[in-house]
Amino acid sequence: MAELDTSGGGGKKGGKVRSKKQSTRVDLTAMVDLAFLLVTFFMLTTTLNKPKAMDLAMPDKDDKNTQEPIAASRTMTVLLGSGNKLEWFVGEPGVTPPTIGDYSKNDKGIRKVLIEQSQKVKSTTGKDMFVIVKPSEKSVYKNVVDVLDELHITNNMSFAIVDISPVEIGLLKRDNLF
Amino acid sequence: MPRIKVPRKSTAIDMTAMCDVAFLLLTFFILTAKPKVEDPVAVDMPKSATEQTLPETGVAILTVGKGKVFFTIDGPENRKQTLLQMGTKYSIGFTPSEVKQFQNLDNVGVPMQQLKQYLAMDAEQRKAVVNAGRGIPTDSVSNELYNWVHEARVVEKNLTNKELLFSIKGDGNEEYPTMQRIIAILQKQKVNKFSLITTLRAK
Repeated sequence: MAELDTSGGGGKKGGKVRSKKQSTRVDLTAMVDLAFLLVTFFMLTTTLNKPKAMDLAMPDKDDKNTQEPIAASRTMTVLLGSGNKLEWFVGEPGVTPPTIGDYSKNDKGIRKVLIEQSQKVKSTTGKDMFVIVKPSEKSVYKNVVDVLDELHITNNMSFAIVDISPVEIGLLKRDNLF
Repeated sequence: MPRIKVPRKSTAIDMTAMCDVAFLLLTFFILTAKPKVEDPVAVDMPKSATEQTLPETGVAILTVGKGKVFFTIDGPENRKQTLLQMGTKYSIGFTPSEVKQFQNLDNVGVPMQQLKQYLAMDAEQRKAVVNAGRGIPTDSVSNELYNWVHEARVVEKNLTNKELLFSIKGDGNEEYPTMQRIIAILQKQKVNKFSLITTLRAK
C-alpha cells in the first residue's frame, strides 16, 4: 500500500527525542471522483458521438440493359420543390394530377402518403411500390435526406433518385414551388 | 461486568487501487479519442433516423457547404500517396516537408495550383484562404475533384486492396444542384454507392 512506515524505529528507551512524524496517507476520494468524471466524459464523447451514415445506391447511369420496366400504376413520383414543399403523384407525369405535400408528420406529410399509397399499390397490383425521388434545382439537400429517411422509416426500400424532367418542372412551376 | 468491546474500524477505505484504475482508464480514453476535425465551412447536417455508424477507416469524406467542396482522405499514408499522384498528374513537385504538412491537413479545399502556397501558410492564413476561395474546383474545365476522388481510390486499392468508401457530409440548406454535381462526379467513375452523413433524430 502507498503508505510509508511511520512508526518509530523501535522500542528503544532513552533515545533521542524525535519530532512526531505525520502520516503520509492522503485522502484520494476527491481525486478518484475527478478521475471517474473525466473517464465518463471521454467515454461518452468517443463512443456515442460516432457519425451516422445513410447508405445510398444511385442507379447506374451507363447500364441501360438491366433496368426492367416498371408499370406506371405502381410508380410513385415525388417532386421536391422550393420552400420545403413537395408534390407527389402515382402514375405518369401530366396524366395524374399531383398533390402538394410537405415533410411533416401530419395528414399532408410525406410519411402518411407513403404508407397509404404503398398499401394501395400492394392491394391493387400485389407488388411493392416503386418510388422515384426527383429533387428540383430549388430544393435543398435536407429535403432529399428527409425523403430518404421517410422511405427508410416506412420500409419502402425500392426507390431511386432521378433527375427531374421539364414536364415535372412545369408542374412545380404551376403550383409556385419552383 | 466488563462488556465485550467491538473494536471500531475506520471507515476510510484505501483508495489507491481505485485511483490507479480510474487513471488508467482515463489515459486510455484520452489516447484513443480522436480530436474533432473542424469543418472548413459551417455544416449543419440534416437529421435522420438512421442508426448505422460510419466505418472508422477506409472512408473518404466530401464536405459540402456554401457551394464549396472539401475532400478528406483518411490515414497519413493514403494522404501522402494521393498527394504525390496528384502532383505527377498536374506536374507539381512536393518537397518532403510539404508532404508532411499535407499529411497533417484535415481536408483539401484549394485548387491544385494554390496547394503549394497553401501548405506553406499558418493556420490563420489558411482559414482566410479557405473562406475566400471556392473549394476544390468541380466545373467541367478543371474537374479537380474528379481527379482527387480517382487518385484516392487508386491509392486505397493499392494499399489495402479494398474499395474506398465515400461519404458526403453536406449542409442541410445546401442547394441540390451542388449535390447533384458531386454525385455526378462520383457516378462518372462508377461510384454508385456512397453514404450520407446525418445526425440522429428520434422517430
